[in-house]
Amino acid sequence: MSAQNLVEIRDLNFSYDRRPVLEGINMNFPRGKLVAIMGLSGCGKTTLLRHIGGSLKPTRGYVKVDGQVLHELDQEGLYAMRRKMGMLFQFGALFTDMSVYDNVAFQMREHTDLPEELIHDLVLMKLHAVGLRGTHNLMPSELSGGMARRVALARTVALDPMLIMYDEPFAGLDPISLTVVGDLIRRLNDALGATSVVVTHDVQESLKIVDYVYFMAHGVIVAEGTPDQIRASDRDFVRQFVHGEMDGPVPFHYPGGDYRQDLNLRA
Amino acid sequence: MPIAKSFRAIGHRSVNAVWRIGLATRFFLLTLRYSGNGFRRFHLIIKELFSTGVMSLIIIVVAGLFVGMVLGLQGYETLKRYGSESALGVMVALGLVRELGPVVAALLFASRAGSAMTAEIGLMKATEQISAMEMMAVNPIARIVAPRFWAGVISMPLLAALFSAVGVFGGYFVGVVQIGVDEGSFWSQMQAAVDFREDILNGVIKSFVFGTAVTVIALFEGYDAPPTAEGVSGATTRTVVTSSLAILMLDFVLTAMMFGGK
Repeated sequence: MSAQNLVEIRDLNFSYDRRPVLEGINMNFPRGKLVAIMGLSGCGKTTLLRHIGGSLKPTRGYVKVDGQVLHELDQEGLYAMRRKMGMLFQFGALFTDMSVYDNVAFQMREHTDLPEELIHDLVLMKLHAVGLRGTHNLMPSELSGGMARRVALARTVALDPMLIMYDEPFAGLDPISLTVVGDLIRRLNDALGATSVVVTHDVQESLKIVDYVYFMAHGVIVAEGTPDQIRASDRDFVRQFVHGEMDGPVPFHYPGGDYRQDLNLRA
Repeated sequence: MPIAKSFRAIGHRSVNAVWRIGLATRFFLLTLRYSGNGFRRFHLIIKELFSTGVMSLIIIVVAGLFVGMVLGLQGYETLKRYGSESALGVMVALGLVRELGPVVAALLFASRAGSAMTAEIGLMKATEQISAMEMMAVNPIARIVAPRFWAGVISMPLLAALFSAVGVFGGYFVGVVQIGVDEGSFWSQMQAAVDFREDILNGVIKSFVFGTAVTVIALFEGYDAPPTAEGVSGATTRTVVTSSLAILMLDFVLTAMMFGGK
């Protein structure tokens, strides 16, 4: 394993009910970098993220994080590794029975013996970093979608993780929240000296902030490069995806039978 | 081949049922294994005791009162035929502490607290809160399931005892205050005939077993629910149906073991 890569994926294969979801994936995530995994819905990118978090075991190949093969770790080892990771879920996944404050304090209380006064200061600092210090007394149900995502981000970085994973962080956000969340992802990565993996299909927003991009389709990597290389790519799939074209290698129509026959029309 | 098809369907259902019993047993053992964390931080259990136990108080007290009043009325009507109205206190108390207290309280507990537990955990799963906890290296069985399990196991015998106590007062109100059964014989015969070990302790054991069964079923259904609105709604229904049937079946088994053939 190269010391400059925090995460290395080699020949990763994963099948679900004998249906291949990921095939022969090889990826590198250099330390300190922000890497995006892009692709259509259902192309296997969230499954890949769950392998990096150790929630799924590969059928073949491995995911190595900080020098350790994840699927070889026992539960204790995996939990020890996860304490150095943070994951932002698609809709935040805030604990709905706890206030914003308790959500951000959750990991500090679970994994450290810090006194409550120190936790108080740390929670307010984390919330301040995402611009929501004033919400610490609110319940998650009182937050807008964008605010909930930012609080979840504060909770994700509560223990200053070395690896931060984002599952569709831009889904369903208004344009202002989109820019705010994008900017926060970049700033937090650089401020914490962390490595970030962003799974997304929001091309424009992510190309603005990431260092490197992997494109996936049907469980394999179809293209990769820096944002500039991706923008300039003349590959059909990448061009269709980046420019949001209706037709191309990804067809508009889902495969079906003969149209006239379906409408009971004679030839 | 419709016959082969129906055999296949029966086989599939049977295998599925056995599979789920196995999963639920494993879930129960894991809950016991990770219970230490809950006891170390008892405030987690206290919080759940409030939502499962304290929030069930009203339904238990009101139901206990009415069940006791009906027992008083029906008991008086039957005992009067044999001129034994003075034994009304014994009948009401034994009926409650041995059977109706544990069973009806458990049925109410299953529909009030059990369904709420299933829906809460099912929704936590559907909104990825359980996955988020796992990704934070916090075991959800230890943090979410175990405190709720012990809150259910602790609160069920207390709720059943309260149900029986309020029921006795309901029977007293109807029998003594309304109908005019002698107060002295109502209480003294009850005191003489109700045995602590035979009757009260057996009732407590029953409610402890029912509490364990209902809570495990409710938690398992929630944890195993498909993460959709339909999945959570189905799991909540299954909790009420399965735990009600389990209570009644267990009641027969326990009654046969405790009182049968003597």
